[in-house]
Amino acid sequence: MRKMLTIISNVLRGSASRNGAELVSEKCDLHKLEEGPPLQAVLTREEGLQYYRTMQTIRRMELKADQLYKQKIIRGFCHLYDGQEACAVGIETGINLSDHLITAYRAHGYTLTRGGTVREIMAELTGRRGGIAKGKGGSMHMYTKHFYGGNGIVGAQVPLGAGVALACKYLGNNEICVCLYGDGAANQGQIFETYNMASLWKLPCIFICENNKYGMGTSVERAAASTDYYKRGDFIPGLRLDGMDVLCVREATKFAAEHCRSGKGPILMELQTYRYHGHSMSDPGVSYRTREEIQEVRSKSDPISMLKDRMLSNNMASVEELKEIDVEVRKEIEDAAQFATTDPEPPLDDLCNHIFYNDPPMEVRGTNPWTKLKSVS
Amino acid sequence: MASLRCLLRSGKTAVRAVLRREFHGTPPAAVQVTVRDALNQAMDEELERDERVFLLGEEVAQYDGAYKVSRGLWKKYGDKRIIDTPITEMGFAGIAVGAAMAGLRPICEFMTFNFSMQAIDQVINSAAKTYYMSAGRQSVPIVFRGPNGASAGVAAQHSQCFAAWYGHCPGLKVVSPWSAEDARGLLKSAIRDDNPVVFLENELMYGVPFEMSEESQSKDFLIPIGKAKIERQGNHITVVSHSRMVSLCLDAAAVLAKEGIECEVINMRTIRPLDAEAIETSVMKTNHLITVEGGWPQFGVGGEILARIMEGPAFNYLDAPAVRVTGVDIPMPYAKILEDNSVPQIKDIIFSVKKTLNA
Repeated sequence: MRKMLTIISNVLRGSASRNGAELVSEKCDLHKLEEGPPLQAVLTREEGLQYYRTMQTIRRMELKADQLYKQKIIRGFCHLYDGQEACAVGIETGINLSDHLITAYRAHGYTLTRGGTVREIMAELTGRRGGIAKGKGGSMHMYTKHFYGGNGIVGAQVPLGAGVALACKYLGNNEICVCLYGDGAANQGQIFETYNMASLWKLPCIFICENNKYGMGTSVERAAASTDYYKRGDFIPGLRLDGMDVLCVREATKFAAEHCRSGKGPILMELQTYRYHGHSMSDPGVSYRTREEIQEVRSKSDPISMLKDRMLSNNMASVEELKEIDVEVRKEIEDAAQFATTDPEPPLDDLCNHIFYNDPPMEVRGTNPWTKLKSVS
Repeated sequence: MASLRCLLRSGKTAVRAVLRREFHGTPPAAVQVTVRDALNQAMDEELERDERVFLLGEEVAQYDGAYKVSRGLWKKYGDKRIIDTPITEMGFAGIAVGAAMAGLRPICEFMTFNFSMQAIDQVINSAAKTYYMSAGRQSVPIVFRGPNGASAGVAAQHSQCFAAWYGHCPGLKVVSPWSAEDARGLLKSAIRDDNPVVFLENELMYGVPFEMSEESQSKDFLIPIGKAKIERQGNHITVVSHSRMVSLCLDAAAVLAKEGIECEVINMRTIRPLDAEAIETSVMKTNHLITVEGGWPQFGVGGEILARIMEGPAFNYLDAPAVRVTGVDIPMPYAKILEDNSVPQIKDIIFSVKKTLNA
């Protein structure tokens, strides 16, 4: 990748400007597609800075969550996204906020790209009333407009996503649904059921497999008879690409979105990516893979470093500018962490609320027959 | 003579038709409607009323419904709103839930609730819990409906009652209609409800006709979810039941009345939220209670009712322990004689009433 960048920058140095650069992506692997996304794309300076900032925000937010978890301020399940930032950011830049997205439990990055703030994400992780789900959902159950979580049951989000796509088609609003799952979930039966119906009914659904090479502690080779996840949709056209390259992800997503919006039905993308942390905070992540492997990805394919190098070598930003963004991001995370650790926990009388929507208040049995608790919508 | 009769008959129809046309204010007279037709009409009216309502499930469209409950709907509303699915419950239940999250109002039919077990994760974890987990951000206005419980000769894998399983879960409403009026009013309420509703029908009841009052035939006739109905008043014992068993309870009550025992038969109509107050009020009057259900005894609907009576104000009014009449604690056998003896019969209800009353 470094070598390629050198070649590119040599070629483009003459034509690169501070306002944007035409960059070359690697070719995608295609399945049942005549052609794939364009090999060249323009990255403007503004875009580059914005992608950098968002990816850095996700990175720092996840590392802060790691810290808070070790301090036992975050508890339960915590599945961190550091390493995979280019996927969330690239996808979001390829669709509109009015489109829809659903993913599984490694969802903090998406909650951010879909409109959540770092404050309310962190406060949800620490279980406070200022959390995006008022402290009632936790790490795996965060929602924003047109973002359906955050889902704890592996694979269950895939039919849900196709259902959202069905609604888009039904309502004729030209919106699409991006439906994410991991390499581990890719073997779930309900996903194949969903491929079938999405294809039959031509639902505007982009299925995206984030292949980070491990389903919990099981490597893809040990879990899947076929690791060509982009082909597993069979009759659904697919593409496989480098999920560490935010531009590649963006262009592929745009391509896929166009496919869906034109009424051709679903399409499948496999993003090859990597997570630096273990499966969750209770997994050190080194019993089933080597530290060398993790280090190699960090040094050769880190998505943020790659974007940074690209921007620097194309004279799209200066080292100081990017450092300044780093400082701002760090501050934002610190502020958010401060809020997340000082905001009070939800009040006890919120315990039984939000059972039903649009219903009159009702009584809920407490732990014993004399305790009757109140529940409002 | 025959032709005169024909003329009179058609004349009567013609007059009625004329009346209907010219006097819009005149409500239709009471008629006999089967449970199946009541469900069909309810769905038809709700599909017409709200563009966002749609029906999906196996054989609901071109086959007119495995049990003909959706007869005629596909012809009327077409492919967009009446959707035949492949035999993939987990997938299509999930799709239905996702559609509900994104603003539609799906009716998801399970050919029988036995097959809902394949999709139960989507019903519970994706539908029931989401409003709570999202602290009110994401609602799921969906109805899961289909026949539940024992049928006739369909054996163990096709005869389970799921009232207790779904009734266990917060975030769900669980409804179990008995009569045609129940079916109509409760299905309309369920479809208009903004929350996940599990609607437990009964295959053996589909063909049973009931008299429907004029009021119940109105397009906005709704029965509130969570309120039981006293089908028969009585002073000696409270008999609580749901779904098809209500018929047996009423039959048993008729026999018992001849012996001077007056049963108060309560049709639960809703499993969750349970109308404990209606049951308590009745028990405080009659001082005796039995529950009657088709499902298995352990951890069942009857068990919940008895627990609530124990914990509530009605306990002090009991003159005898409350008991449950339930299906036998076995998988459903096939042979008729065995099947008949696996579910409560009228004689079992009569026996239990008399035992409770020490009569």
